[in-house]
Amino acid sequence: MTLSDGYPTETIIGLEVHVQLRTQTKLFCSCSTRFGAPPNTQVCPVCLGLPGALPVMNEHAIDLAIRAGLAIDCSIPPMTKWDRKQYFYPDLPKGYQISQFDLPICADGFLDITNEAEPETPRRIGIIRAHLEEDAGKSMHDEAAGRNDSRIDLNRCGTPLLEIVSHPDLRSAKEAKEYLSELKLRMTHLGVSDCEMQEGSLRVDANVNLHIDVDGKKIATPIAEIKNMNSFRAVEHAIEHEVDRQYDVWEETGKTIKDEAKTTRGWDDTKGKTFLQREKEESADYRYFPDPDLLPIRIPQDRVDEAKANLGELPAELCQRLQTQYGIKLYDANVIVNQGRELIEYFETAATKSGDGKRTSSWIQQDVMRTLNENQLGIEDFAVSAAQLGDLLERVSRGDLDNARARDVFSHLLKTDHSVEDAIKSLGIESVDSGDIEVLCRELLDANPQVIDDVKSGKQQAVGALIGQAKKKNANANPKQVRETLLQLIAQS
Amino acid sequence: MLDSAQEVLQLQSRGEATAVEITTSAIDRIDATQESINAFTHVDRELALSTAEAVDKKRRNAEPLGPLAGVPVAVKDVLCTRDMPTTCSSNMLRNFRPPYDASVVEKLREADAIIIGKTNMDEFAMGASTETSAFGNTRNPWDLSRTPGGSSGGATACVAAGTVPLSLGTDTGGSIRQPAGFCGVTGLKPTYGRVSRYGLVAFASSLDQVGPIGWSVQDVALLLQSIAGYEPRDSTSLNHAVPDYQSALQSSDLRGMKIGVLREALDVDGVDEAVRQAVLSSIDVFRQAGAEIIEVSLPHSKYWVPTYYVIAPSEASSNLSRYDGAHYGHRATTLDPEKAESLGPLVATYCQSRAEGFGAEVKRRIMVGTYALSEGYADQYYNQALKARRLIKGDYDAAFSQVDLLLGPVSPTPAFPLGEKVDDPLQMYLCDLFTVGANLAGIPAISLPAGKDAQGLPLAIQLQAPALEETRLLFAGAAYQATTDFHKLRPDTFGS
Ligand SMILES: [Zn+2]
Repeated sequence: MTLSDGYPTETIIGLEVHVQLRTQTKLFCSCSTRFGAPPNTQVCPVCLGLPGALPVMNEHAIDLAIRAGLAIDCSIPPMTKWDRKQYFYPDLPKGYQISQFDLPICADGFLDITNEAEPETPRRIGIIRAHLEEDAGKSMHDEAAGRNDSRIDLNRCGTPLLEIVSHPDLRSAKEAKEYLSELKLRMTHLGVSDCEMQEGSLRVDANVNLHIDVDGKKIATPIAEIKNMNSFRAVEHAIEHEVDRQYDVWEETGKTIKDEAKTTRGWDDTKGKTFLQREKEESADYRYFPDPDLLPIRIPQDRVDEAKANLGELPAELCQRLQTQYGIKLYDANVIVNQGRELIEYFETAATKSGDGKRTSSWIQQDVMRTLNENQLGIEDFAVSAAQLGDLLERVSRGDLDNARARDVFSHLLKTDHSVEDAIKSLGIESVDSGDIEVLCRELLDANPQVIDDVKSGKQQAVGALIGQAKKKNANANPKQVRETLLQLIAQS
Repeated sequence: MLDSAQEVLQLQSRGEATAVEITTSAIDRIDATQESINAFTHVDRELALSTAEAVDKKRRNAEPLGPLAGVPVAVKDVLCTRDMPTTCSSNMLRNFRPPYDASVVEKLREADAIIIGKTNMDEFAMGASTETSAFGNTRNPWDLSRTPGGSSGGATACVAAGTVPLSLGTDTGGSIRQPAGFCGVTGLKPTYGRVSRYGLVAFASSLDQVGPIGWSVQDVALLLQSIAGYEPRDSTSLNHAVPDYQSALQSSDLRGMKIGVLREALDVDGVDEAVRQAVLSSIDVFRQAGAEIIEVSLPHSKYWVPTYYVIAPSEASSNLSRYDGAHYGHRATTLDPEKAESLGPLVATYCQSRAEGFGAEVKRRIMVGTYALSEGYADQYYNQALKARRLIKGDYDAAFSQVDLLLGPVSPTPAFPLGEKVDDPLQMYLCDLFTVGANLAGIPAISLPAGKDAQGLPLAIQLQAPALEETRLLFAGAAYQATTDFHKLRPDTFGS
């Protein structure tokens, strides 16, 4: 990147992403992980850190972490363990967080990202590690209400997180967003995490600095870690802002990475600015040591192999297959894959039945997804089954129904539990005999001789008006058939 | 005085005493001795009597009864009880009532034991004399001017004083065996993982273990039977079947058994001559019972205490972080305004709550542990200690490839006068000279009464066995007690 009025500059970004694993229960106790319960109602002696309580590892979290690791091409070492990361904070009732220090469950992977402009040339972003840890609770400082005390909700305490740490391989805010989108896609696709930033099941910290090229000499600015970004858009904006800010500060002060330790900055979404949170990352000493309450975890190769076998297609592979198998475009394949497993299945069933992938894709993207969005539904609760949609679109492809009539049938199916066949019947849709069409067309041409002249003088589109009239006279008349018959009759006249 | 659990069970089954009568007599005895001994931090007469009534009712209705039915048992105040305070003898938890029972407490209830109260201890089990308790020290029933030992000083003194036949202690570096030795009772530290730690307030998680205390090996075996076993709530619990310990006690024929005598333990400076003699004469007893005696060496035993005093404080510094005044336990109410200003209210509250809530020994160990785990020091201390621990375990493995049991002293001296070592932590730490090895290696060990010294103070010997070989300890211990009467000695002042 080159700032228009300055030295050539390269942006260096590394991301630390916390994804909440989709387990029913917490990492070390049987409390629920459900989001949004009243404060401190999903707690027990273990996650409250009461004296004498002991953690017991949730095996399902290990399975999900292995799955996540495989999805980002990490290796899964045969042995991993738990360590205590120690610090005092009111939302951390034990005074330490159970995490993983030197032997993370996933190591050394990568994620290929693509941008829309050049979908065929992916960039490979290295992943250093992904480790499991328990979440902390939530402190709420309700100063607005005139209180100077703090309230602590420990529901979230002990929820399983996987922290995925990238190499500083990202070179722009846009790339950071692409990385996050791809990561989220994979994690949601594999059922590892919901990745809802608003609910905190995906959290991003961005480490940013610049390499400024001053007459061939590379100067690195001090690193800032940006926190509190609550959407992908916020991540993009925050990094963009931080890039400008760091350049300005460097111009002003000349400070480089050697002059200043890493700082922590928050992102203020309304002001569109990052702000200083912690001056110097005082080299925090977490006094990590192996948690004596938990045994090391041995992960035999066959467990990894089994996870690999059950992984299924990753989104990129799936996109490729949907394109070749159903003849749809990359863009459309992406849209479908982005909607998650259930919708992909829905598409595949409907497309197979209809025999027309393109038409199915366009119906799903328009009619189906619009209805889902309007009614805040998931595809699993959708009234029209994939088989029904396939049946309907098969009839459209055969020419039994036009799009408009098909939509009528679709609306009818949404409201009833009719089969497509029954819906067509109850809407009074029948295929019209070609003799009847011819009679109808003759009537229309007799009443509108002008059209014959227009068509003969080359204005074929003039028949359009008659097609409309034909539909009014007989709703079941197939417009394509009417058009062909009209042109035939005109040619014969 | 009802000082045998077996006898208490028999009295009831023969209909000669009810659980209520037994419990009443235990509580009367506690009332009579509490002022001089101070073994208990909490006794609940009503609760104990209502449990006893329930047991009597079950017996009347011929309902099935647990193996400890109607036996009064005292519980060290480091084990969580939902119906009694659990203080760890600390001001930090002075008013703490856990919402749940420790696993071993649940098991006592299932066994129909009468949980009579909570016993005094060194604060958070850190100490060897019960003098670091926030509730005043416990006194040794054999000599009220002396310590009962620690940290389970209340748990052994209450048995020695004849208040209850059985009690539960915990042993992190000798905290059952040393006070059992000082009080002339029998105490067993099981294999690490044999008894669930769920609900045991952690001092050093990789070393802590709950164990039984009683006068005789028979009684200790009875209590161990009820508390041992796998429990999924403790990830370090061992998933091995529990043997029938009583059946191991039928014979006192030790032929074929090889007992190793620890050369280092008898040669080391500072071992009291009476202690040495007690071990030497026990050798004769074992030999006469048929055992073969072999001299063995644990070459890294000189690293036991230094290793222990890095690992235990390191884990303690972490385990005790939770006592910050934010969620439960002691919280400083009025902050020093200067500190509040300079540190901010949150950190000032942490600092002051911990400064007020913890005693000196606990603070000392938190500081040592924090230091040993700090960046730049961990490799020198904590990680180095872990390496030493592996060597120590290796020594035991090698020794147990030659012998079935190891025999030696429990402590270098008999019970010492109160106040003698309380200001000299290093002297105090040397009390653990012979006991911490078993904790570092995770193996079981038993302390057996072995006579009296010239001043009438109890002497003791220790047997150690390979992991999960409690049966072997009990077998040899019972054989020893079959031919000696040391476990039948009672303190004069408290004789029945
Ligand atoms: Zn919980």
